Amino acid sequence: MAMMTYLEAIRKGIQEEMARDENVVIFGEDVGGVKGGVFGVTKGLAEEFGDDRCFNTPLTEGQIGGLAVGLGLVGFRAIGEFQFADYILPAVNQLISEASRMRYRTKGDWIAPIVYRAPYGGGVRGGLYHSQSTEKVLFGQPGLRIVTPSSPYDAKGLIKAAIRSDDPVLFYEHKRLYRLLKEDVTDEDYVVPLDKANVVREGEDITVIGYGMVLNHALKAAETLSKEGYEAEVVDVRSLYPLDKETLVKAARKTGKVLLVTEDNLEGSIMSEISAIIAEEALFDLDAPIKRLAGPDSPSMPYSIALEREFLVDEEKVTNAMRELAEF
Amino acid sequence: MRKLEESGLTKEEIIEAYRHVLLGRRLDERLWQLTRIGKTSFNISGQGHEVGQVAMAMAFQPEKDYFLPYYRDMTACMVWGMTAKDIMLGSLGKEDDPSSHGRQMPNHYGSKEHNIVSHSSTVSTQFPLATGVAYGAQLKKADYVTLTATGEGSANQGEVQEAMNFAGVKNLPLIFVIENNGYAISVGTDEQYANETMAERGPAYGFPGKRVNGNDFVETYLAFKEVVDNARNGGGPALIELMVTRLTSHSADDDHSVYRTKEDIDNLKKNDGLLFFEKQLIDEGYLTREQMTDIDSELKKQINQATDEAEAMPEPTADTILDQIYAEK
Repeated sequence: MAMMTYLEAIRKGIQEEMARDENVVIFGEDVGGVKGGVFGVTKGLAEEFGDDRCFNTPLTEGQIGGLAVGLGLVGFRAIGEFQFADYILPAVNQLISEASRMRYRTKGDWIAPIVYRAPYGGGVRGGLYHSQSTEKVLFGQPGLRIVTPSSPYDAKGLIKAAIRSDDPVLFYEHKRLYRLLKEDVTDEDYVVPLDKANVVREGEDITVIGYGMVLNHALKAAETLSKEGYEAEVVDVRSLYPLDKETLVKAARKTGKVLLVTEDNLEGSIMSEISAIIAEEALFDLDAPIKRLAGPDSPSMPYSIALEREFLVDEEKVTNAMRELAEF
Repeated sequence: MRKLEESGLTKEEIIEAYRHVLLGRRLDERLWQLTRIGKTSFNISGQGHEVGQVAMAMAFQPEKDYFLPYYRDMTACMVWGMTAKDIMLGSLGKEDDPSSHGRQMPNHYGSKEHNIVSHSSTVSTQFPLATGVAYGAQLKKADYVTLTATGEGSANQGEVQEAMNFAGVKNLPLIFVIENNGYAISVGTDEQYANETMAERGPAYGFPGKRVNGNDFVETYLAFKEVVDNARNGGGPALIELMVTRLTSHSADDDHSVYRTKEDIDNLKKNDGLLFFEKQLIDEGYLTREQMTDIDSELKKQINQATDEAEAMPEPTADTILDQIYAEK
């Protein structure tokens, strides 16, 4: 066991996989050399594995996207880092037109085993272009997996599973969680499945579904509500696409009261799809309308402290929404 | 035109090259017919590109080199190893289509067996992929060379610049080809780029760029041979701008008489590389007209057989629509 942050857990997972398989390579803007990424996730990897396997790319996100596909075609397991999830947008063509469809359009003759890593999320005074939850842009693209860990344990196990997977995996890392979360993580070689949601807290009164920073707010809010006599079931979506419908629907049925929390905009987020699935599958088990808690429908998160706070879903907002639903 | 013997190729190899050129032409003609009678839904043609493509492809070693083609590269793909039947299976959307098993439109070539990488329809996305394939050669310390191609209109995509820039930075064993036929559907080169040539873009990224007459078999072959040998020996990437003619409309859904004058269309035939090549083969004593006619008859039989065999093959069954989306279902 070793105490590690969410960021250190991701780095450890990558380091273990690079040591285990010489075909694993990692690259991106500032990823190589002594810097090891603007957040330091890849620090030390170039020194340990050489500049051929851990290297800098020019400032060209489309190229990062396609380079990873090309390496996958000839047997490598490429990890391409997008410096911010906001900067994935120039690469969307490569991710959708190439990575997501290579297997399908050749019926498995050619495959693209890739991990695209991207730090996402707000609350870091990042303004419109360093705060976004762009996962909804790539959501609903069959062939592509999207996952995000919400704890250090999951961070290490999920990145390892993503690297070993023969599918292209978009791996979102929440910037606020990088150094906020710290826990004991086993030294054992383990993986966390890429297609399973995770019930992180059991309860009988309401079900809260979320991922990332807001999931951690929900866990704290659940303790507050517990003192008030309400027990919340808290589910980490973890596999953002394809969704683990079975676990999500089961958790919704269990309490009959569902709160969906995201730090993305209210409309058009992944929670909209989860809401539709629960409505289709579990309507007659529900005791209250499905409730969404999200950011307002402004274009991302403004820079000013007042505006950023207004946008963000925080612990207080989650607590209030959970209490309201519990009392419904 | 440079003499065929200057290529350094044997007589047999040059006759084989002619068979490839003529097969490309005749097969494309058949695909237009099948489109007109509704047996296929679409065709996009490489007529006028064949001589350049064959000369280009013959400078590579298809048994180990990788090819990331674009939609006009049917003839080059057949030099790389695909057969007329493989192409026909794709145009007819059959299960055994090696390019996509009936999942992509016609003219989206690929073959795992022959190192030909599948491509999309969003033009030039194959350029960044080619850098990955080529970087793989450096990582593996393998001596394969990668070729990728696109048209002069599609070469203006951002991903082309990104890929060429990266190839220069990493000195990749990668040959870029821009097949310049002067038209991006209906739009001429004066609205596509302001440079004198597309070849100038090579030096802008730190490697050679050369404009080559794709109607001249030997000029094209030798130009490619030089850059391919250089890349294989660690000399890095190169860009070749292959000047060719688009003899047909852009595709079966286009009518070039709308934007090309009758005179322009009549003049196209004067720039048909096939005719130059045939004249050269006769003048330089490689083949007689009678021998060419025999080859033509033989190829038509081959195409008839490929058509019949491909038509008799099964379609993908409806229950396979969700197959191979992910590694595990």
